[in-house]
Amino acid sequence: MATIRQLRRRIQSVKNTAKITNALQLVAASKMRRAQDRAVQAKPYSEKLRAVIAGLAAATLDPEKPAHPLLVSREVQTVGLLHITPDRGLCGGLNSNLNRSAGTFVATQREPVEVVAVGKKGRDFFIRARVNVVAEFTDLGDYPAAAQVAPIARLIIDDYLAGVFDRVYVSYPEFVSTATQRPVIRQLLPIEPPKAETLPGESTFAQDYIFEPSPKDVLAELLPRYVETQIYEAILQNAASFQSAQMVAMKNATDNANEITRELTLTYNKARQEQITKELLDIVGGASALEG
Amino acid sequence: MPLTVELITAERVVRVEQGVDALIVPGAEGQLAIYPKHAALMTTLEPGEMVIRRAGQEEAFVVTGGFLEVKNDHVTVLADASEAAEEIDIARAEEARRRAEERIRRYREQADRDVDLARAQAALQRALLRLRVAEQRRRRTTGRPQV
Repeated sequence: MATIRQLRRRIQSVKNTAKITNALQLVAASKMRRAQDRAVQAKPYSEKLRAVIAGLAAATLDPEKPAHPLLVSREVQTVGLLHITPDRGLCGGLNSNLNRSAGTFVATQREPVEVVAVGKKGRDFFIRARVNVVAEFTDLGDYPAAAQVAPIARLIIDDYLAGVFDRVYVSYPEFVSTATQRPVIRQLLPIEPPKAETLPGESTFAQDYIFEPSPKDVLAELLPRYVETQIYEAILQNAASFQSAQMVAMKNATDNANEITRELTLTYNKARQEQITKELLDIVGGASALEG
Repeated sequence: MPLTVELITAERVVRVEQGVDALIVPGAEGQLAIYPKHAALMTTLEPGEMVIRRAGQEEAFVVTGGFLEVKNDHVTVLADASEAAEEIDIARAEEARRRAEERIRRYREQADRDVDLARAQAALQRALLRLRVAEQRRRRTTGRPQV
């Protein structure tokens, strides 16, 4: 049985831990709101872009004769995986879920996989797993800007066009809600044009449009931008997921610490009571021995 | 029917305006004015100034390139980066101009191979554009000299 002094020290230490986790929880909660906001704010752009490309693809693109190299599917010799994770831990199972999902994906590919890592946790995982990490982007901050994503997209697109990768996937945590983040893996390149959602009565897209300078030029501008937007969205979801997961993890940690403090305090009080009783008995016993 | 204009960047929705009389944008093939009942159009944009004209009032925006779609009097501008003239951070644009000029000078004088000339020139162009748009707006909206 622990001594009273040990108990007191333990209680203090748990309380200190609770203070730290509580502070982290509050910080994560406020950052989470902003990170989620940014993820929401980015939606209109990507949705619009998707709709435009879907329309263009449905009407002008001949699947037999793709109009742009980013649409061309070719025989796969090397697979690229853009693995997006947080830089930091203390966010519950988020990092291990992401790494497990990506690790399984790499293990089940028939062709060799090369990884482009965004975030330290994913980079470290693949380096440990002895998977070839060809590039890394870390320290994007809590609120990554679109300008920071441009070099990542350029690298991926250039490597794809140069034949370094023949197919590229992106792995990131999909932000479902504050409590749920789901690891997802999607094909990034070649671009599979999204399906057009043609409303009844709406004429097919491209025949009625004037293109300046030309459909081909517009497409050549749109497609790289589309890839960049998808990466940017994934990175924003990652940021929102990280703050949410951290907030939830830290809330659980604080709750647990408080629970432990409560139990320890109970034990401590009991022990203290017992000791006082014992001391009283000693005194009474001693006094009666003197009297007797 | 007047135009509805949506100005959107990857990071945020910059502006949604209804009842617009005309929109002037820097199109790929030169400056372009869009009035109601414009034919459906899809074009790329060059870096430049975009002006929304409504009820005799003009509002200026900076657009650093992107796309524009017109369809049924609904204009969507998907800009690479954009802000309203009054949002322009003049100090930051000045700083960007100074940096870009410095990089170009270094390239010219010492043939510094680390300098990416094309990027520096693009940055300089963007900085000058922001300064010009901000400057024009100041002249247009205030009669008194700025301190």
